[in-house]
Amino acid sequence: MAVVKSVKRKGNSKIAKSFKQNWQLYIFLLPAITYFFVFHYIPMYGIQIAFKDYYANLGMFGSPLVGFEHFERFFDSYYFWRLLKNTLILNAYNLLLFPLPIIFALSLNELRNGAFKKWSQTLTYAPHFISVVVVVGMLVAFLDPNTGLINHVVRLFGMEPIHFLTSPEWFRHIFVWSGQWQSLGWGTIIYLAALAGVNPELHEAAKVDGATRFQRIIHINIPTILPTIIILFILNIGNFMQIGFEKVLLMQNNLNSETSDIIQTFVYETGLLEGQYSFAAAIGLFESLINIVLLVTVNQIARKVSNNSLW
Amino acid sequence: MSRFTLSDKAFDRLNLIFVLLVTLIIIYPLIFVISASISDPQAVNSGEMWLWPVDITFDGFVRVFQNEAIWTGYRNTIIYTVVGVLIHLFILLPAAYALSRKELMAKKAFMWFILFTMLFNGGLIPTYLVVKNLGMVDTMWSIVIPGVVGAWSVLVARTFFQQTIPDQLVEASKIDGASDFYLFLKVVLPLSLPIIAVMALFHAVALWNQYFNALIYLSDEKLFPLQLILRQILILNEVSADSAATAAGAAQSFSDQVKTASLVKYAVIIVSALPLLIVYPFLQRFFVKGVLIGSVKE
Repeated sequence: MAVVKSVKRKGNSKIAKSFKQNWQLYIFLLPAITYFFVFHYIPMYGIQIAFKDYYANLGMFGSPLVGFEHFERFFDSYYFWRLLKNTLILNAYNLLLFPLPIIFALSLNELRNGAFKKWSQTLTYAPHFISVVVVVGMLVAFLDPNTGLINHVVRLFGMEPIHFLTSPEWFRHIFVWSGQWQSLGWGTIIYLAALAGVNPELHEAAKVDGATRFQRIIHINIPTILPTIIILFILNIGNFMQIGFEKVLLMQNNLNSETSDIIQTFVYETGLLEGQYSFAAAIGLFESLINIVLLVTVNQIARKVSNNSLW
Repeated sequence: MSRFTLSDKAFDRLNLIFVLLVTLIIIYPLIFVISASISDPQAVNSGEMWLWPVDITFDGFVRVFQNEAIWTGYRNTIIYTVVGVLIHLFILLPAAYALSRKELMAKKAFMWFILFTMLFNGGLIPTYLVVKNLGMVDTMWSIVIPGVVGAWSVLVARTFFQQTIPDQLVEASKIDGASDFYLFLKVVLPLSLPIIAVMALFHAVALWNQYFNALIYLSDEKLFPLQLILRQILILNEVSADSAATAAGAAQSFSDQVKTASLVKYAVIIVSALPLLIVYPFLQRFFVKGVLIGSVKE
């Protein structure tokens, strides 16, 4: 008993001593911990309103518990499948273009002319710095049925001008490809860094064996950057459901909502515009859960198949 | 053997053309906007102007600078960006430094506390309610505080400190009797200017370009940042009344107004995006560095 006590005291005093020596480090941490607590953990705690009927005057605790009522209402509603479908298709489409920055990076990496490579990088990175509001504003201007550049070209081919931004069938293409315009160049950065790590001896040996440039890219460069590709792919899946919601909101209108209504814009509308806090919080929670399940699944698969994973 | 070199040459050419083509496609819309902002709106709207400016005029910029709302938005955005970046650094740097030090107890727990927020968050509505209950709605703080630090930034800055601040340096200073405060301010920060630049730049760009927080938290137009004003002009097609009024008095025909609107559109894009586009090539290496430190896996 006495031994245990003294050991324990010794342990405590060790902690106390370390704390006494390094207490300032904990002060350093305090603002960040406070911030994450207030703006991330309190909202997590606040998710409970998804299971309640939240009334502002009753507060989070006083509001009556309703269980899964909001979830059931959402799943049973006629728009549930439409929202889910739109969200999944839009993100899957986006994910489909995942290889483009890889291809562009491989291409840039093969350039012999260093100055041209630098210029190309600087110019293609630029759209990354343009705000979504401006990008959508540019889309509005370029795609205008009467004055837009694209429709002048359409008319050149003798066709009727297309109302791009108010057509459900055009929404996804415009959304995804304008996103690609913004991110293609920027997306090459990590791959280019990984490509810089390719062992030159491999290329020398392959050259001796008579491999062409193209063959060497396929059999040396791509395998070298494969771990990077896998990690970025997992991270992309991790953001699967939440890509570009702010842009969707800007591009959305009554005429294209058939394809542009996604779960997150619906949360915004019902929650913040209509004030149905609990209902919207339930939908938001549903969405986060899908996201986590996807991330964990893909991470697990990647670990089994390739030994590359986030955790 | 010569067959291979020939095909390599062809490959080189094709590759060059491919990169050139991609670069041109990406840069073309930007050139168009610049040209359109100083061209006669008639020429822009009719499709006559498609690359270089036609009938150069700076009317668009004059109208933009006459517009009260744009000025206010610009000023607000600058204030939000500066204040936001300062708070960002104030919270981020000390925390990341502490987390990089091995003497810190429960380091793993603290790190998980922060990283978990990447995986899961309360979502839009609960976060909104917290901001609202704190009384931040319709104040500058609703723009500056939510999202002031992300888990990713903490991870990046901590990695930087771990890699660049040698343990021996810390130990030596401690033996000399330096406190952690002194060490951090006088030794660590001066050695960390690159990471400070990277973090400040990333956050500044994010603040400059964000509109959503302002959309949900602000209703007072006096507080609107530039992006919300841009949204009104570019997307909702509301060129605010005062610009039309100051433009040419009351007697302005409808077609004139349409002309003005399209002129203002391109000019306002330039005015809002140009600061970043001009500065960024000079800071490119910092941005690239930020992305790369962030991609280092532990």
